Amino acid sequence: MIRVVLPYHLRTLAHVDGEVTVAVEGEATQRSVLDALEASYPMLRGTIRDQVTHKRRPFVRFFACKEDFSNAPPDTPLPKEVATGAEPFLVVGAIAGG
Amino acid sequence: MTRVRVLVGTKKGAFVLESDGQRERWDVSGPLFAGWEIYHLKGSPADPNRLYASQSSGWFGQIIQRSDDGGKTWHQPGTPPGEPTATPDGMPKAESNKFVYDTSPETGKALTTHQWYDGTPHPWEFARVWHLEPSLTDPNTVYAGVEDAALFRSTDGGQTWHELAGLRGHESGAGWMPGAGGLAAHTILQDPTAPGRIFVAISAAGVFRTDDAGATWRPTNRGLQSQFMPDPTAEVGHCVHRIAMHPSHPNVLFMQKHWDVMRSDDAGESWHEISGNLPTDFGFPIDVHAHEPETVYVVPIKSDSEHFPLEGKLRVYRSRTGGNEWEALSNGLPQRDCYVNVLRDAMAVDSLDSCGVYFGTTGGQVYASTDAGDHWAPIVRDLPAVVSVEVQTLP
Repeated sequence: MIRVVLPYHLRTLAHVDGEVTVAVEGEATQRSVLDALEASYPMLRGTIRDQVTHKRRPFVRFFACKEDFSNAPPDTPLPKEVATGAEPFLVVGAIAGG
Repeated sequence: MTRVRVLVGTKKGAFVLESDGQRERWDVSGPLFAGWEIYHLKGSPADPNRLYASQSSGWFGQIIQRSDDGGKTWHQPGTPPGEPTATPDGMPKAESNKFVYDTSPETGKALTTHQWYDGTPHPWEFARVWHLEPSLTDPNTVYAGVEDAALFRSTDGGQTWHELAGLRGHESGAGWMPGAGGLAAHTILQDPTAPGRIFVAISAAGVFRTDDAGATWRPTNRGLQSQFMPDPTAEVGHCVHRIAMHPSHPNVLFMQKHWDVMRSDDAGESWHEISGNLPTDFGFPIDVHAHEPETVYVVPIKSDSEHFPLEGKLRVYRSRTGGNEWEALSNGLPQRDCYVNVLRDAMAVDSLDSCGVYFGTTGGQVYASTDAGDHWAPIVRDLPAVVSVEVQTLP
């Protein structure tokens, strides 16, 4: 299982506390993790990436293992620590302004 | 016993204010959707327990919320709490926040750009729902005015949305330009006597009317003048801030424009100015008394660059003559050092015998008058900046 940490407002929308876990078939990538997340929590569709283009929303970022995956191609494999559940995949609201 | 429910959208959540018909003691509940911008929430005239809310965020986009019990509980249409979140064939249910512009060939228009502030073409980009207008007769039908300006409709209680593309597909669409707050369809008025007739106001394009339930639209702006346009009397391009109608006189429309307060007596075919003795004719909201179709309210604001009342005195202006002759209403409102604004969707009336008038400010106050504006008192003083106010009069 892959661990996903959501920002506060998206945890509220999804009616969850803390981390969520999702099962991914095949390789763990940004796309496969978000597909699985949205399948389990359809109320999050459109809040992280566009409903149609699947582009990341501008003020949302993706971190894992202290690395920034925000601008990585969506099919880039995520670190094996994320794939094994040792480390979470972080969905973060960008800090914009003071 | 008659009750009043005031639905308040703010920059950081929604609040519900409730009172009995005396309107003296208020219960305040909220914040709902704390931390999110609530541009608008409104109840269905056909089922007052059915409420819709527009919840949005610069980070996470647009969410539609619905209540079926008068605001006690809310859910995103299509994903009720406790129900499976996918259909039997595994498809996610939630499309309630999916607003996709219609580019189908059937609309006949492949609109890809509108005019940007500098006159250059700019792609249409959905930002948020500014205004939700439930159908007068069907609780499951609701209209959404959005930014970038377009009109969407749901007929399944907000689960799915489809653009009424004839509006944006009007031949003038490529020339629409954003107002300072964005290119937004912010006002939706339904004619109760003529099913299929709807007025939509857009900043900065103007007023458009359909007589066939949204299939085709035409601009209804003759008589408007806007000095920021190359042709001040052009058919399209005016920054209309708000329009209002009394349901018993649906051919009479009142308008607060960027500058100028206007009136139409022929369902928008022509407009004439009724600013009269107003101290400034800039402002945002305009509304009509529940029982007196010629009694109109505005909140004059100093100018387009100084969005606060003149002289630091918060005053509502009322005309009992359908315009031109205005009186200041200030009893109970702050008369010094007041520099708040009242946004376009932040005024409403109830329908009790003694008409209640309500408005919210960017300073977080919601004021109410139980005597048509003669006296005012705050219901609450310290909410986040108020974006919208709607009122339900409940049996």
